[in-house]
Amino acid sequence: MAFSGLDIYKLLPKTNCKDCGFATCLAMAIALAQKKISLEKCPHISAEAKEALASASEPPIKLVTIGAGNSKLEIGNETVMYRHEQKFYHPTVIGFLIEDSMDEESLGKAVAGIKALKFERVGQQIGADLICIKNSSGYRNKFLTAVRIAEAMSDLAIALYSSDDQSTLEAIEICKERRPLIICGEEKSQEAFIKLAAENNLPLGLTCAGIEEAALATAKAKAGGVNEIVINLQEATPSKRIQDYTYMRRLALKKNFRPLGYPIIAFTENPDPGLELAEAVSYMAKYAGIVIMKNTDKEYVYPLLVARQDLFQDPQKPAQVEPKVYEIGKVTKDSPVLITTNFSITYFTVASEVESSKVPSYIVCCDAEGMSVLTAWAADKFTAGTITDILKRCGIEKMVSHRKLIIPGYVAVLSGKLEEASGWTVSVGPREASGIINYLKNWNT
Amino acid sequence: MPIELIREKYAGAINTVEIGKSSSPNALKIGGQTGLPFLFDEGKMPNAPIIAYEILDCPPDDWPENLKESYGRVVKNPAKWAKACVDNFGAQLLCVRLESMHPDKGRRNVEASIATLKAILSLSAVPMIVLGTGDDERDNEIMPRVSQALKGENCLLGVATQNNYKTLAATCLADGHSIIADSPIDINIAKQVNILISDMGYDAKRIVMHPTTTSLGYGMEYVYSIMERGRLAAFIGDRMLAMPFIVFVGDEAWKTKEAKEFGKVQGINWEITTAVSLIQAGADIIVMRHPDAAKSVKRYIDWMMGKQ
Repeated sequence: MAFSGLDIYKLLPKTNCKDCGFATCLAMAIALAQKKISLEKCPHISAEAKEALASASEPPIKLVTIGAGNSKLEIGNETVMYRHEQKFYHPTVIGFLIEDSMDEESLGKAVAGIKALKFERVGQQIGADLICIKNSSGYRNKFLTAVRIAEAMSDLAIALYSSDDQSTLEAIEICKERRPLIICGEEKSQEAFIKLAAENNLPLGLTCAGIEEAALATAKAKAGGVNEIVINLQEATPSKRIQDYTYMRRLALKKNFRPLGYPIIAFTENPDPGLELAEAVSYMAKYAGIVIMKNTDKEYVYPLLVARQDLFQDPQKPAQVEPKVYEIGKVTKDSPVLITTNFSITYFTVASEVESSKVPSYIVCCDAEGMSVLTAWAADKFTAGTITDILKRCGIEKMVSHRKLIIPGYVAVLSGKLEEASGWTVSVGPREASGIINYLKNWNT
Repeated sequence: MPIELIREKYAGAINTVEIGKSSSPNALKIGGQTGLPFLFDEGKMPNAPIIAYEILDCPPDDWPENLKESYGRVVKNPAKWAKACVDNFGAQLLCVRLESMHPDKGRRNVEASIATLKAILSLSAVPMIVLGTGDDERDNEIMPRVSQALKGENCLLGVATQNNYKTLAATCLADGHSIIADSPIDINIAKQVNILISDMGYDAKRIVMHPTTTSLGYGMEYVYSIMERGRLAAFIGDRMLAMPFIVFVGDEAWKTKEAKEFGKVQGINWEITTAVSLIQAGADIIVMRHPDAAKSVKRYIDWMMGKQ
């Protein structure tokens, strides 16, 4: 949150000494708020005022980096409560919990299972981001063994979750190059962990009973030299968590309340896999920077990862499909060819109706920068020229023996020019996708 | 350190809509909230989001096997199917889609379909949502008849669109049903349909909005944000957006290849994830298809509401 001229004025000496070159302190404050000059212009400003103004220029929610190299993850630095206000910037990190109470063989299997969670969807690689090793056994050697296995077997980012600073220190030695997140499990170990994080320059997770405790703990950590913090709230119910996550985000954004201006880490609790998925989706939607799951079954993880793609999609940039030929059903050389734009919802709607018609067909998606049919037509992205271009380039002319193209009813006006430019015979299809089933059933070459 | 929280206290509230005969112990209320979902410290949520089990008035011909098998043989008989939803899965609300009368699906005559609805009513005493075929012309023929046959049941009938709302609104008004106002992922059109319907003398407080439903991975975020925007506008006083939301999650989720082609568990989770996301955006009625998905989401709602 930026300071207004008046806010800054309150912090200036208010002597109107003119040493800064401005006639009054207020004039200087306004210039400062507009970022026209820097604070150094005022030779009399107090140290406190300097600090307050400097911190006001920092983002309201601290950017935290975990991991290094290929496994580097960034969370925080969010600017809005609702995605439609702008967008959510840093997709929630999705991590998986490994408890060190398992034997070595099971540990190996668990790490392999997490590592295998890799998928490709709409051109993006999605998968597990982080392994969180928890010192559930209470034994140092078991903790270190688990960390060693995770470090050796995968290159994912690592979080170390323990209440014992000595164990954590030794664990850090194993995976220091990975820049692990160290999570302090108990309030009584906080001081030792703050020291540990500061000395090793690592991000620190603080487990707290509520938001007031969290504000105290982060202030202590900051005073102890820790800059990158994540908050782990322990709450009685999931709705209480969502309420507190909302309060934290709002206080950070609207009041620039520093002690809560840090990303949140949420551990799922429900032992039922379906409810654990529901819980994880909820925390992701409502402001968690990291969600740590227990279940690693891909049938549960994949929907969660796709939900993350959806919620963190930039609302200004429509989701697009690749401009190319899509085959629906068992197509032949005589199958109908439909053209539409590459706006994902337009394509999916058309594809779903074509599929329901049970008439195998080709759909050619024209690169219209992700606009829907009418918008693209109005913006000159869906024209005789662009359609002809994709017809020549996409290979459809080799896939079918006919030259008949079905165009959306809304752009019937393109027919003449398109026939001339492309050499295809144009048929005008229905205006709405819901008319496609009927249309295709009566289509013949 | 006492922290001064910022509580969002809104002046507006979402309308409360009742479905089902008010004399029946099974009648339901939806809406009525004064804040975003599950933020109990800031606002009230007097009625939990509710799941409607979707069934058809004929055996489903294009439902994937993973979905159909969950109901077994009863899908051949809509009344038994409805009863199974209530008796075996605890359905509190049914959503009957009148698919059999669609011109492309055999165009069954309206008397036969009404007989099916009556059979459902006689076997299951829970409130009912009834959806037309989706073909405007056909719906304008059949819905007045369906509405009349259900007079007094206080159903929720759909759908009214910007270009086709008059017949349904008039018939719902005459027979005392609530109405679903449908809009294509557009907050302005959503508001416009509500205005058009209420301009006919229909009580705006009986409208339930369908902002369009899109599945996880297929534009779910558009609906998510339209719903959040609508809700926030209603809370700050826009009465023409203060209607509860209905979303057809089962229909959309089970159309995707991720639900159909990668095993039953992923299909169920696709439906659960879509439902939970839209509940977090403010959905009041979630129409679902797979009973395992519906049961999980019901338990999720109970857990969020503090009933578990």
